[in-house]
Amino acid sequence: MSRSAELTVSRPLGELLEFLYHIPFRVAAALAVIGFFLLAAIAPKALQTHDPLAIDLSSSLQPPSIVHWLGTDQLGRDLYSRVLEGAGQSLAIGLGATALSMSVALILGVAAALAGGLLDSILTRIFDVLFAIPTLLLALVFVTVFGPSVPTEVIAVGIGTAPGYARMIRGQMLSIKGTGYVEAAKSLGRPFPRIVWRHILPNAMSPLTAMVTIGVGQAIIWASGLAFLGLGVAPPAPEWGALLNAGRNYVIYAWWLEIIPGLAVTIFALSLTIVGGHLQDRLEGKS
Amino acid sequence: MNGNEAVKRIARNPLVWFARRILSGAAVVWAAATFAFLIQCLLPGDRAQIIINVRSGNVGSAAPAELASINAQYGFDQPLVVQYANYIWRMLHGDLGESYQQHRPVAGIIAEQIGPTIALALAALLMAWIIAILTTLLIAGRDNIWSKLLSGAQIFLATVPPYWLATILLVVFAVNLRIFPVVGENSPMGLVLPTLALALELSGFFGQVVLNEFTRVLEQPFVTSARARGMSDLGVRLHHVLRHAALPGITLSGWALGKLLSGAILIEVVFARQGLGGVLVAATSSRDVPIVSGAVLISAGLFVLVSLIVDLAYRMLDPRMELT
Amino acid sequence: MLQVHLKPVWQQADLLTVDSLSVSFGLDISAKTVVRNVSFSLRPGRCLAIVGESGSGKSVTARALIGLAGRHARVHARQLSFDGTDLIGLNDRGWQRVRGNGIGFVLQDALVSLDPLRRVGKEIGEGLRLHGAVSSRQELTQRVIALLKLVGIPEPEIKAQQMPHQLSGGQRQRALIAAALALDPHLLIADEPTTALDVTAQAQALALLEETKTRGKALILISHDLAVVSRVADEVLVMRQGEVVERGTAAQIFGDPRHSYTRQLLDAVPSRRPRGSRLSSSTIGEQTEPPPVQSPPTSRPIVLEATNLVKRFKGPDGTLRAAVDGVSFELRSGETLGIVGESGSGKSTVARMVLALEAPDEGAVQFEGRAWTTLAERERQPRRRSISIIYQDPLSSFDPRWTVGRILSDSLSSNVQTSRKRQERVLELLDLVGLSKTLLDRRPIELSGGQRQRVAIARAIAPNPAVIICDEPVSALDVSIQAQVLDLLGDLKRHLGMSYLFISHDLAVVRHISDRIIVMREGRIVDCGTTEEIFINPRSEYTRSLIAAMPRFVCDPEISRSSTIFERGVA
Repeated sequence: MSRSAELTVSRPLGELLEFLYHIPFRVAAALAVIGFFLLAAIAPKALQTHDPLAIDLSSSLQPPSIVHWLGTDQLGRDLYSRVLEGAGQSLAIGLGATALSMSVALILGVAAALAGGLLDSILTRIFDVLFAIPTLLLALVFVTVFGPSVPTEVIAVGIGTAPGYARMIRGQMLSIKGTGYVEAAKSLGRPFPRIVWRHILPNAMSPLTAMVTIGVGQAIIWASGLAFLGLGVAPPAPEWGALLNAGRNYVIYAWWLEIIPGLAVTIFALSLTIVGGHLQDRLEGKS
Repeated sequence: MNGNEAVKRIARNPLVWFARRILSGAAVVWAAATFAFLIQCLLPGDRAQIIINVRSGNVGSAAPAELASINAQYGFDQPLVVQYANYIWRMLHGDLGESYQQHRPVAGIIAEQIGPTIALALAALLMAWIIAILTTLLIAGRDNIWSKLLSGAQIFLATVPPYWLATILLVVFAVNLRIFPVVGENSPMGLVLPTLALALELSGFFGQVVLNEFTRVLEQPFVTSARARGMSDLGVRLHHVLRHAALPGITLSGWALGKLLSGAILIEVVFARQGLGGVLVAATSSRDVPIVSGAVLISAGLFVLVSLIVDLAYRMLDPRMELT
Repeated sequence: MLQVHLKPVWQQADLLTVDSLSVSFGLDISAKTVVRNVSFSLRPGRCLAIVGESGSGKSVTARALIGLAGRHARVHARQLSFDGTDLIGLNDRGWQRVRGNGIGFVLQDALVSLDPLRRVGKEIGEGLRLHGAVSSRQELTQRVIALLKLVGIPEPEIKAQQMPHQLSGGQRQRALIAAALALDPHLLIADEPTTALDVTAQAQALALLEETKTRGKALILISHDLAVVSRVADEVLVMRQGEVVERGTAAQIFGDPRHSYTRQLLDAVPSRRPRGSRLSSSTIGEQTEPPPVQSPPTSRPIVLEATNLVKRFKGPDGTLRAAVDGVSFELRSGETLGIVGESGSGKSTVARMVLALEAPDEGAVQFEGRAWTTLAERERQPRRRSISIIYQDPLSSFDPRWTVGRILSDSLSSNVQTSRKRQERVLELLDLVGLSKTLLDRRPIELSGGQRQRVAIARAIAPNPAVIICDEPVSALDVSIQAQVLDLLGDLKRHLGMSYLFISHDLAVVRHISDRIIVMREGRIVDCGTTEEIFINPRSEYTRSLIAAMPRFVCDPEISRSSTIFERGVA
């Protein structure tokens, strides 16, 4: 790599500038949303208008207003501040679950694609069987076995989404294994491990950046789904799923308690999907 | 080529193909059963203790005698291999075990509840298909504000959590506008909102795939050929392009089943509908493992069935496919 | 139904008049004009050929005539009229009446031009149905079968019920022509109708078009292939980058081209030129005309020897089929051995076995007098760089993430140690293949087809191989680029002295570059010998039919046309 470094003059920097210059509006908006929630996750106090845990029964179940931008809950707590407070934990669950499922999928998917033969058939069958079980049901299995808690939620979502990713990674690896440039490298006398390291892995992994981006959003949706069913994090924590579960009982009297946390989940996941889709288009050479 | 004609005919015989598919489907179900069995064994803590807790509803150590009687009743004192053999044997006879909490056969509980869930899933699948195809016919290959709006809506719908969409529909149409019944009705009107909530998300996925393929096929030379014969744009879309565009979508229907069942669990809870959703959530929170693992087995079976139907449908639409 | 109305030519009015046709794509500011001021007219019974390389605007011109230039195309013309109908400003319904009915249109590559999910008969009858030309289902079936007979497809009743993929390439193309002829249109436009076909099928399709012309139809033939055009055309338009650079009668264009670009195109066609002579006017490497190539001295050492190669593949039905069946040959040092065959003849499988990417089921390849295919991969690896390959599609053979500099640097032998030396060598390679060093940090996707193939050649010669396998290296290139690449390959061989195993379906190209030729068919060698032997005195019937079907210039004084060339029914 270093040998040809001088031949590839400052390519990454140029590409970054080009990327920023050609950014479409919807992607810019999505990046802004992601930035906002990241800030909320790192420094929630900076953006909050109220103390998210301060109970004020005199102003309970108020609809959105100038004082309480997104209304209040049954204990008079400010919903806007609570949603921001929950961003950190929701993000952590989403990232953790994605990291787990991607690690499992990467190890198994890459192993299956590279090993081929018996190991490949066994692993592929296992992916097929796990893929045959709906994601949420697979997650429910883990909650049943380990009982509801944050780690269980992360594991449940992580394992639930892993089979799909593993299949994708395996397919990606196999298609690159069959490309002309891998064959060309082989006919140049390159040892197989070197071909894997220099051609197959880098090319198979680049679509993963897009997949991970979209995956984090999906993981948050699944995790909040579990929490919505009351099988996630316990209520006092203002995690988005917990807010959704708490709001369920008030949906008929105070719609905002249910709609607003759901909106946070949706626009965050949507933003990640837009950015991920944009990355994917760029990788595929569509602009 | 002619010399191999006989071998070819056997390999292409639909019955041979069908038999092979049935066998591989059975293998998937068997593997799922093994997985379901392993879940029950892997349960941390003493299973007998959990059963007692589930039954009594309190947490606390039970007397050794009580534990021993439970162990003997469920056969937990036997070696794992024997338990596994018994499990598979009972499964072959349609016995999926007994619910810890309800003291009833799991097969019976699931059979009671699965009807409304499947009805919901099928209705949603159908509706998702109709929405996706109509949208695609309208907007594919056109460059106007509608195509931009609708393709944006597809991405949005594919991302929206179904339970949230369901809640919004519930608040708007049932609570505020009072067009549909609020909760828990199994009437046809009661099916509309849950179906819509489930279908919209799926139509977003289908729509993106079908639209993509449709746009690609619109540029294919055989479409230009048809236009050059004097075929109208609508004719080209209906007679040539749609069939091609539907193929990848049909392949997705097998995958969609998993998505639909996941979504149905959530949506049944939102609308308090009868179905597997409520049962599963209750079983999960009370750690009633036999019901959850029974559901795993059933959904794997359904997946195998749907995959088979999808493959058959694909073959009918695309005669190029060899039976492999 | 197929009445012939041949009046004397001077009594006939123009069927099609095109005056100052321009086509542009995109919005006003960023509009890109791809066709500029094209004018011509056409009478019944005459054939106009529009010739040009990719990007010349020839296909867009043709499509503009039936209003299918593209969704975002803007078509302008002073006059555009067909058979008394003004085509300018025609609405959708008006166009639909003209298409198929008045103007038939045939696209290239029938595999994708016939709907792969519909039966051939239905596709052919579609035009009849759309224009209400038949009253009953029975009549439709009869007309379809009559059309299939007309274009010479055997067993028309059966073929009408089959799917396109069950027909051979040549049959598909003829079925497509049948579909265009269904309503007996006065004008037939054929866009590259022979490009994707093997030579024998190509000859059949051309004969069919020629026959259509003699039945009094007007014909517009779009092609990049001058030889194809010379056979049928009465008049020729030569297009380049959207403009007509030369027009004239076929005799004038092929016999006495005036424009330098036309001359360049004609010179680039290998079958027109003495074997081994330069085809392009570019000045890369050696500039002097090389001495005529001598027959290879048999005293030269053998570098590569294949003995009785057999390779079987499992078909989709699970039966084994021999793709290569008992192929033996030897390649001597400094020699070019051509392997010719139509698609499916097993020639590429031979290449893969020589490269040891595929293990032969029987037989073996010896390289430089030592075992090669029978070695363990570990022992073979260090010697692999002595055999290089150039693919038909260079783009897929490059890692899309790598720059040209990295691709070349990576292919150098590990003897070149320091980074300075490596860089010098990379620049030297670029110079050898005639590329500018500004391309160093480009990615393959950013290069033109010709540039990519040059990079592929640079990569192939980088490790100083003894043998280079060229697998259809010029098939995807325009004729002028093809000429440059063939010249480059010739120059490099003279400079560096390696041997080529040159694989192609194109007899003219193989004849141009090879010392000896092997003809393959269905996995077997049916003919072999020096190039002169093969062309002057072919031993097998198949070789004779290949040579006969080779498209060649009608006006070419060097090769006299045999009257049997385009005889129909070569099945």
